[in-house]
Amino acid sequence: MVKPTAKFSIRGLSVHYGRHCVLRDLNLDIQANEIFTVIGPANSGKSTFLNCLNRLVDLVSASRCSGEIRLDGIDIRGGMEVEALRRKVGIVFALPLPLPLSIYENIVYGMRMQGIRDATLLDEAVERSLRESYLWEEVKDRLRTAAMNLSGGQQQRLCMARILAGRPDVLLFDEPTSGLDPISTAKIEETMMVLKEKYTIVLVTNNVAQAARVGDRTAFFLMGEMVELSDTSKLFTAPADSRTSDYITGKFG
Amino acid sequence: MKSIRFRKLKEWGIEKAILLSGIFSVVFVVLIFLFLLREGFSLFRGESIVDFIFGKSWYPISSPPRFGILPLILGSLLVTLGAAAISVPIGIAAALYISEIAPRRLKEPLKAGIELLAAIPSVVIGFIGMITLGPWIKSAFHLPTGLTALTGSVTLAFMAMPTIVSIAEDAITAVPRQYREAAIAMGATQWQTTWRIVARAARPGMVAAVMLGIGRVIGETMAVMMVTGNAAVIPRSFLQPVRTLTATIAAEMGESVQGGPHYAALFAIGIVLFIITFLINGVADLYLHRSRQ
Repeated sequence: MVKPTAKFSIRGLSVHYGRHCVLRDLNLDIQANEIFTVIGPANSGKSTFLNCLNRLVDLVSASRCSGEIRLDGIDIRGGMEVEALRRKVGIVFALPLPLPLSIYENIVYGMRMQGIRDATLLDEAVERSLRESYLWEEVKDRLRTAAMNLSGGQQQRLCMARILAGRPDVLLFDEPTSGLDPISTAKIEETMMVLKEKYTIVLVTNNVAQAARVGDRTAFFLMGEMVELSDTSKLFTAPADSRTSDYITGKFG
Repeated sequence: MKSIRFRKLKEWGIEKAILLSGIFSVVFVVLIFLFLLREGFSLFRGESIVDFIFGKSWYPISSPPRFGILPLILGSLLVTLGAAAISVPIGIAAALYISEIAPRRLKEPLKAGIELLAAIPSVVIGFIGMITLGPWIKSAFHLPTGLTALTGSVTLAFMAMPTIVSIAEDAITAVPRQYREAAIAMGATQWQTTWRIVARAARPGMVAAVMLGIGRVIGETMAVMMVTGNAAVIPRSFLQPVRTLTATIAAEMGESVQGGPHYAALFAIGIVLFIITFLINGVADLYLHRSRQ
């Protein structure tokens, strides 16, 4: 078996919003090609953690980060431009957010921004990313219509395709199915299982069962601290910490 | 029983009163237009519409009088285009700055300041244009007079700016925050986000802002009369005096004989102005509706 390589290595990460501490001294590695899920109640800092990985946390005024995050061994603060980081580390938000453009333009938006004009290149990227997000068959005949007309689940997969078109390394999912019906949720989960062959996936979810279904490893966050991190099967069958078992059995949260 | 009937009556009364005020405001517009038509159309018993609109000379009190308003139309157009060329880029840029870039504590004072500009009476702006801008343009371009189309354009640009900035800023602020986040999360820089996503999503509102700003410029009378020199000749450059449709009406109405051809001609100019502003407002409205959808 090949030794897993760390995609992200996080050392001593703390985040403050003003005086309020939302993440405290986090140390963990995220391996390449795994689905790393984060569970925890509201205000546990899991979304903040996700936003640290592509520095969206910088947009929050009065936020302060300390510690170090390395992506493939490179410091994401000192070692690379923030725009380059965000192209490598794409994020899918809780609510599907198509831009007010056509399906096609939504997907090539990132490429156009990088100055790619070649139509065949753009066409290829659209088809590849839509196939990867399992949306191609549903929309291939109406690529030029407004993305707003798609259903919620389709919009969410379009957002995935939009990220995939930029050939990222890592996909961040911030409660991607919280606004979707069960069938759309199942489709997104299936898609994630396939995507992990090529990408590293970090999934933040409020849905404990979802973490159990798709996660390779799962971390449990509580009040800004990581209580427990282990293989998903172990965390859900034999949690080491009593707070973890309380949460996953629904005693609080 | 009685109280219910009374309440229903009250509801009915309020509803009808609101309906009536709505109808009145439309009726007034129609009446104004009919009045303009009635007073203006008597001109066309002796004059053809083509001669009126495309006639090159405006000599209303020579004999025989000549009522050609082409110089006035071109004067209005020239001043308006100049004002738009100045106020639209600056206005849109200011709106983008206020809504996207300016730190929060600067936003409100800036917006309030720009909206205050709209509260300055046009005479005052015309006065400043006449006293400071005119002489400056005269010496800068070595002209015999500083009261030119350019002076009018700059002065009117100041008057269009508050409308443009204020409405465009509203349109930009109305763009959902999530669009910005999505674009930034995909690796867009702030400028790319502002230009390609925010400005695009706010475009209908920005077009409406520009149209309403231009509408204000075309209808403006006092400032423009004070600074453009009022020579009713076909303009060949920005650096010569021009006369606009509005200034002509304001300047000559007092000296025309009521019911005479000159009087009718001024009303006919009013009809032309009415149609122009109606078209501009129509286009703006169309875009505003589209932005709401």
